[in-house]
Amino acid sequence: MLNLDTIQQRLLSEIADLHEVPEGAYNIRSNSHAAGRKSTANIEIVSKTDVSGLEVHVKPGTKNESVHIPVVLTESGLKEVVYNDFYIGDDADVLIVAGCGIDNCGNQDSEHDGIHRFFVGKNAKVRYVEKHYGSGSGAGKRILNPGTEVYQQEGSTVEMEMVQIKGVDDTERTTTAELASGAKLVVRERLMTHGDQRAISTYVVTLNGKDASADVVSRSVARDHSYQKFDAKIIGNAPCHGHTECDSIIMDEGRILAVPGLEANDLDAALVHEAAIGKIAGDQLIKLMTLGLTEAEAEEQIINGFLQ
Amino acid sequence: MLELKDLSFKVQDDGVEKEIIHGVNFKIPKNRLIVVTGPNGGGKSTLAKLIAGIEKPTAGKVLWNGEDITEKNITERAKLGISFAFQQPVRFKGIRVVDLLRIAAGKKISIADACVYLSSVGLCARDYVEREVNASLSGGELKRIEIATVLARGAQLSVFDEPEAGIDLWSFQNLIEVFREMRKSIQESSILIISHQERILEIADEIVVLKDGTVDRTGSKDEILPGLIGTAAAMVECRGNGIVKGE
Repeated sequence: MLNLDTIQQRLLSEIADLHEVPEGAYNIRSNSHAAGRKSTANIEIVSKTDVSGLEVHVKPGTKNESVHIPVVLTESGLKEVVYNDFYIGDDADVLIVAGCGIDNCGNQDSEHDGIHRFFVGKNAKVRYVEKHYGSGSGAGKRILNPGTEVYQQEGSTVEMEMVQIKGVDDTERTTTAELASGAKLVVRERLMTHGDQRAISTYVVTLNGKDASADVVSRSVARDHSYQKFDAKIIGNAPCHGHTECDSIIMDEGRILAVPGLEANDLDAALVHEAAIGKIAGDQLIKLMTLGLTEAEAEEQIINGFLQ
Repeated sequence: MLELKDLSFKVQDDGVEKEIIHGVNFKIPKNRLIVVTGPNGGGKSTLAKLIAGIEKPTAGKVLWNGEDITEKNITERAKLGISFAFQQPVRFKGIRVVDLLRIAAGKKISIADACVYLSSVGLCARDYVEREVNASLSGGELKRIEIATVLARGAQLSVFDEPEAGIDLWSFQNLIEVFREMRKSIQESSILIISHQERILEIADEIVVLKDGTVDRTGSKDEILPGLIGTAAAMVECRGNGIVKGE
């Protein structure tokens, strides 16, 4: 195993389900240093020379390979901005697992801002999983501001799964995507905030080519005094299909703002936005209580299911 | 097993006090299938909710094996052995049929066990066990899953609020069979069904007629059923519920 302490190992398992060195290509970053890296015959990982970050090159036609690039921070007061670029060759089919775990036991804020750019070749398929997790009892905040830019060529598919369930005090996520003809983007975001946390998620997806499609769905829960903003905009510049959905549960004093944004610049652009925000339905609680759960247990079951 | 003593329930409707249930008394002994019937608005569903603890009575008592459970909440009553099937089943995003059956059974039952419950309500188990209990299921499918959760619960008293509501004719035949089978297997337990359906009344051991919030009549099926069927009042009621068509 890599030279990581138990807290770092725990963070790794939370964000990337990693308990040992992953198969395939990987780069594990711990407190701003590379704790381990491996390239494969088809996937090359190199450090950027001008700024902090990586370039990941996936050869055309690479099939069923994976790249893990998790980041862990355990030093209080550490702030970093990392630029990672992914070049996915035509017809490749890969899984990319990113994610950041911060454990902050100190009184200074810890912050990781990962700026990821994806250049996805023709007919390539990418599945991207990004999990955020925070822990530690210090007064210092755990801050994550991911920026994601996706450029999809003809016929490519990108599926993104973004998960932030626990412990991140402040996050501003910005995702932009530009899709050429026949390209497809699917985003599934799951978010839970508690305490005084704040999470802002902004998407701007531009469908430039014929039959491009985007499906951006966020399911979120805001508890305690937390605040969330989901701002999803789809721009249709061609005959295309776009759908965004914000489905949210508010609890306690939680607040959520959903901002629908659709812009159709072509007569055959079909764009749909759905948003629903509300507390847990009383009937759902009652049903589970008639099955023997307490009100608190019923709430947990409903939220766990909702965020599955 | 369960006894309702002078049970009353009032609500405020536009500032006017309205009594939905008025001084209801009756007992549910062990090993009985009891059907509560009566006109719409007579308080049947409210009575079922008062038994399950979903509503709290404004007067009177609910006794469970001699113990006063009037102040006990839904969860406490469920744990004592009272289960409740909703007239309008609830949907859950992300919770699968098997999850709901596991919660109902109170233990981690196997997929095979879950399939037994689903099969007994006429659902092809393999197609349903992993599905989410969400809006993708039809009303009839949800209803059958609702009944399966009550079967999985295996409670001492199972209360069904209008199980026939929202199910098609084919499923209805199946439903009658489910209740017949349940009736055969109960010994230390009982079933209470709120229903308008003559065919459900026919499988009752005992019928309670609830009208204007009070018990109008109660007795064995043979005593009560003939008086309900064919009477002018019953015909009006049956037409209202679509059981009998025409004049």
